[in-house]
Amino acid sequence: MSTPAASAPVRRGRMPNLELPQKAQLPVAIAFVVLLIILPFFFAPGGSVMNNLVLAAAYAVMALGLNIIVGFAGLLDLGYVAFYAIGAYAMGYGGSLFLSELTGDKGFAVFVSGPAAELPGVHMNFLLILVLAIVLTTVAGMVIGLPTLRLRGDYIAIVTLAFGEIIGRIAINGDEIRLGNFQLTAGRQGITPVDKVQLPGLERFTSLDLRAWYWLALALAVLVLLVNFRLRDSRLGRAWIALREDEVAAASMGVPLVKTKLLAYGTGAAFGGMSGAFLASYTNTVNADQFQFSFSIFILAMVILGGLASIWGVVLGAIVLSVINNYLIPDVLNSVPQRLGLDFDLTEVTAGIFGFMLVIMMVLRPEGLLPERRRKLELEEGIGSDDAVYEARMA
Amino acid sequence: MSGAVAVGARDSEPVAHEAILEARGVTKQFGGLTAVKDVYFSIPRTAIVSIIGPNGAGKTTFFNLLTGLYKPTEGAISFDGDEITGSRPDQITARGVARTFQNIRLFGTMSAVENVMVGQHARMRAGLFGSILRTPRVRREEREVREKARETLSYVGLKPQVHDQLATNLAYGDQRRVEIARALASDPKLLLLDEPTAGMNPQESDELTQFMRRLRDDRQVSILLIEHDMKVVMGVSEQITVLDHGEKISEGQPQAVRADPRVIEAYLGKQESERQH
Ligand SMILES: Nc1ncnc2c1ncn2[C@@H]1O[C@H](COP(=O)(O)OP(=O)(O)O)[C@@H](O)[C@H]1O
Ligand SMILES: [Mg+2]
Repeated sequence: MSTPAASAPVRRGRMPNLELPQKAQLPVAIAFVVLLIILPFFFAPGGSVMNNLVLAAAYAVMALGLNIIVGFAGLLDLGYVAFYAIGAYAMGYGGSLFLSELTGDKGFAVFVSGPAAELPGVHMNFLLILVLAIVLTTVAGMVIGLPTLRLRGDYIAIVTLAFGEIIGRIAINGDEIRLGNFQLTAGRQGITPVDKVQLPGLERFTSLDLRAWYWLALALAVLVLLVNFRLRDSRLGRAWIALREDEVAAASMGVPLVKTKLLAYGTGAAFGGMSGAFLASYTNTVNADQFQFSFSIFILAMVILGGLASIWGVVLGAIVLSVINNYLIPDVLNSVPQRLGLDFDLTEVTAGIFGFMLVIMMVLRPEGLLPERRRKLELEEGIGSDDAVYEARMA
Repeated sequence: MSGAVAVGARDSEPVAHEAILEARGVTKQFGGLTAVKDVYFSIPRTAIVSIIGPNGAGKTTFFNLLTGLYKPTEGAISFDGDEITGSRPDQITARGVARTFQNIRLFGTMSAVENVMVGQHARMRAGLFGSILRTPRVRREEREVREKARETLSYVGLKPQVHDQLATNLAYGDQRRVEIARALASDPKLLLLDEPTAGMNPQESDELTQFMRRLRDDRQVSILLIEHDMKVVMGVSEQITVLDHGEKISEGQPQAVRADPRVIEAYLGKQESERQH
């Protein structure tokens, strides 16, 4: 008889196990969130630290959304940038001058005050834009999910990657796609300026004080964090884990595969859309060049670095990569190659750096920085689905 | 009354709804191979019946046809009076068919309790938004489902100390128990067991035999068993069906099947050819 201890994997012990005990989790979570809420008071309201905090929070929303698809349901989605794009265009359509040829000089304002209400184009309250972004991306997520339902692993990755590229291409060439007065996108020229966020009862956000942006992004992040936790410990969350491990057994236990997978795609996509709408307003532009494959990898790297399906791990991954991407590489390390006598900036090879980090991670700690207990088991003991023949997956 | 009906049962169709499951002329081909060939088969309500046959006879394939994992190339299947030919596995489970697998297929990274909770999926109602909001109804359902999972685990004889252990860490016999509990969790009317005693010692096999009877009597569950252990099969079955090369070669009560020359030949022929290798 082999005891569990005898079969303990070699990998354990190489790095410390950082998992918190169950009882400590809630207090630590609350303390962490409180710390995040008061953080802006220690920094200049319009400075680069605040900018980094805003971006980190917005990326955390995306990473947690992708975590539902890739981490929970095990559907490797390489086209997540599509939802960033769709969310951003929801903001572009609903809060800029972009549609002014459709609306005429008077414009079309919904629950907004101040100068924007008088301008041409469509100007909607940010909450409405969020709803629009959620609806559009949920539908898009399911549509993208549909052709992958019969596929497994690598093939899902290829199909989603292709969809991400299609959306990216449409964004770039959308300035040529016209229907009467309507132009689909502004292509590489970009939609700019974009309305600053306006929430009911609050003044319109400004680019001078980033704290409001930060708190909004943080609120979205906490929301998606909560959704992650609640779904993980629910009927649906168990169904996702079940189909991730063994589709045949899951279906035989009464889990409807199509519906369960589409719910993962749709929910995960919705958060990408929310964050996309936010970022469009924050960065003041919806530019087709933002929607590239490398962005999908950027978000996926956060999920993998932190630990697939590990909710806190994904948050950590998002913070780490966001800081590396937006601060360390451009501001601190950018000139290192030149000082070494090389003729390039570090910002030019950002994607390469993330790729390299992923490789290192896969070798040293494939379960991520804060591994999820189940994933760790899957990696260490080879638990997981096998490719049994199964004809009725779609039907 | 039932004795009187039984005489005429062969000819009179209307009374026939005694069968919980009925397969009519079911065939399954994989490319050129016919794994199941024109099988007519039915399971009486609250009966324990068995399918036996040499390895590769098509028994597991037949299970996969009944549970919707495969679609029949030809033929039709009905359960509890409704057509289920071509239905999805989860739909068939929702109607009241549950199964275990020849090679245990538990969700390894879930605890025993969580495995059984997945088994209740079809009987639960919590949706996406209810789960996110964690409404009182969803909370209550979660609690009930968890409790029922523990009850079911105890019912199949799993000690409470190991209810929260990960499925992979359980002893082999316990894993088989959890698989049965997971199947029972969906409140099936028909339970399909694919070689449940494989890897069990004689005492455990005996316990399982007792358990099947208890299950049928307590819960009015019909049981279809694929089994190699003849002691178990002969002891528990009301009816035995023998498959060989995908065809039904014999069917009837245990004693009759055991004496059937075709059955003896199928098994002996098998042993003969194994001896030659
Ligand atoms: N998915 C499949 N694809 C191709 N052939 C299969 C498949 N499943 C089973 N078979 C074949 O069908 C025959 C019956 O197999 P099976 O039903 O597993 O037999 P049993 O359970 O009686 O041992 C075997 O020859 C097997 O190789
Ligand atoms: Mg078999």
